[in-house]
Amino acid sequence: MSEGSSAASNQGNAGIGGYLKAPAKLTLEDKLFLVAFNVDKEPHLKLKDKAVCAACKAKPCLYICPVENYTLQGEEVVLSWEGCLECGTCRIVCPHDAIDWKYPLGGYGVNFRNG
Amino acid sequence: MSDDKMDVIIIGAGPSGLAAAITLARAGLDVVVFERGKQPGSKNVMGGILFTTILGELVPDFWETAPLERRVTTRRFSMLSEDSELAFEFRTEKYNQPPYNNSFTVLRARFDRWLADQAEEAGAFIIPETVVDGLHQENGRFTGVKTRRADGDMSADVVILAEGANSLLAEQAGLKKRPGPNHMVVGVKEVIALPREVIEDRFALEGEQGTALEYFGDAVKGMLGSAFIYTNKDTLSVGLGCSIDHLAAARIRPNELLEHFKSHPSVRNLLRGGEIKEYLAHMIPEAGYKGLPRMVAGGLLVTGDAAGLVNTSLYHEGSNLAMASGVMAARAAIAAKEKGDFSAEGLGSYLAELNSSFVLQDMEKFKNLPEFISRHTHFFSEYPRVMADLLGAYFRIDGTPKRQLQREVIAEFRKRIGVRRFLGDMIRLLKAMR
Ligand SMILES: Cc1cc2nc3c(=O)[nH]c(=O)nc-3n(C[C@H](O)[C@H](O)[C@H](O)COP(=O)(O)OP(=O)(O)OC[C@H]3O[C@@H](n4cnc5c(N)ncnc54)[C@H](O)[C@@H]3O)c2cc1C
Ligand code: SF4
Ligand code: SF4
Repeated sequence: MSEGSSAASNQGNAGIGGYLKAPAKLTLEDKLFLVAFNVDKEPHLKLKDKAVCAACKAKPCLYICPVENYTLQGEEVVLSWEGCLECGTCRIVCPHDAIDWKYPLGGYGVNFRNG
Repeated sequence: MSDDKMDVIIIGAGPSGLAAAITLARAGLDVVVFERGKQPGSKNVMGGILFTTILGELVPDFWETAPLERRVTTRRFSMLSEDSELAFEFRTEKYNQPPYNNSFTVLRARFDRWLADQAEEAGAFIIPETVVDGLHQENGRFTGVKTRRADGDMSADVVILAEGANSLLAEQAGLKKRPGPNHMVVGVKEVIALPREVIEDRFALEGEQGTALEYFGDAVKGMLGSAFIYTNKDTLSVGLGCSIDHLAAARIRPNELLEHFKSHPSVRNLLRGGEIKEYLAHMIPEAGYKGLPRMVAGGLLVTGDAAGLVNTSLYHEGSNLAMASGVMAARAAIAAKEKGDFSAEGLGSYLAELNSSFVLQDMEKFKNLPEFISRHTHFFSEYPRVMADLLGAYFRIDGTPKRQLQREVIAEFRKRIGVRRFLGDMIRLLKAMR
């Protein structure tokens, strides 16, 4: 049985013995490599007002996003949109309605192959 | 696009919108379905067990042609503590005969495309890659849609909003407010590949049989939610759903929670050797009966997840309520066309039919459950832990006489939970589900 080296290739298994191995633990980044996207150049998500985010105490967006699209850069909340799965959770969790949340242009964005 | 007026425009090619489209097209109405995905299904996620009572009415013997994964012949519910599991399993060959208990595992990207083909065959127009950004209104009535395309307006007598859980348009139309984080669940899921033989061996299945395993308690760190493993043909759907406000309060990331579930000693061995194929996320509306929005306005009907039609009890049903409400909305539109009355009153048979069917009757039955559970979260945190300790003590083999073991266990139960408190909880639970 051959052992893969990187996390992603370590996923493959040969022979029944391979199926007894603990599954490879993928990082979120590795997982997102497995998802198909057709990224639009225009961001579909924007923060409406930096001042509102700066004043927001709990900043739940930093924890709730399944792809961790909200991060702190220094003190500032920064939002990226490329890996967005379009679940809408950030819009629901934000206590200040501070996210300008639109769907990507038709046909763009995430493209689930299994669902 | 603007010149031809349609009888009905449907927003969203999920189970709800497509069930509506099939019903309308077969009745001879002109119907268009707008879908933002590259194809129907490419934005959609569920656990998932597709419940097919309504599908069977629309497409008899669908199991011969639909891309189904497995028949759900085993249901298993299990309570996890940090290191233990207490499970209840039901397995029957009865569910392996048509109509297979109307429960099949599916992968939505494939299933939704097939259902869209049925709608097209019936005569509906499906327009993918098109986002609807707004609704047109005239004299207090909804009269059409605004799509994000050049020259992208289209009008119709009736618009059906089947846009799913993230219901931007229903909010924009003023039928509901932005839901609170306590009324929405976020679900994350992985599709994990394993060869067919390994799945069948591991879960003791043969042929098309399949298993649905649901996990509570430490599966989601004692929060309001549950996790699942569903067997597909040559993949497993492994995921969880958890109340957004609980997750946010605990500052636990959904992906970390999923990794926590997958590494539980009772779970990780079911996933051995698996290869992750995809990572997905989607919301589920769980406001329940008391949180239902307005579903009818002049020229407008709201169906499926957009209308919050999900049975939040142990059953976790959404797909069949979505399809049922789609069919009922279609019938209301057909009746309105016959009368030539597209006002809220003219479309009112939609609500009447929802009320007299399983859709709202089931939701009404469990109307107190969401509130009950949110006030009794120790059911998912403290109780599983105590239960695991007590059972661990009860089955202990160390030479202690059984009578003494029993006494110890009863004393421990009295001390940690108490008979009165436990009975009180059980009575309130039964009341909430009556
Ligand atoms: C993790 C998870 C597990 C689940 N498990 C189960 C289960 O086991 N069994 C079960 O019965 N249910 C389950 N559900 C619920 C089930 O998925 C939903 O109830 C069901 O999909 C609702 O169908 P719908 O047609 O109303 O909405 P959806 O299936 O969400 O379809 C809505 C469609 O509208 C499109 N759309 C949205 N907005 C626009 C717009 N503005 N313009 C154009 N198109 C738009 C979307 O792309 C989508 O195709 C689960 C849900 C999740 C998230
Ligand atoms: S939760 Fe909303 S207001 Fe707070 S930091 Fe995040 S986006 Fe800004
Ligand atoms: S929609 Fe979902 S995936 Fe996209 S940024 Fe918001 S929380 Fe993250």
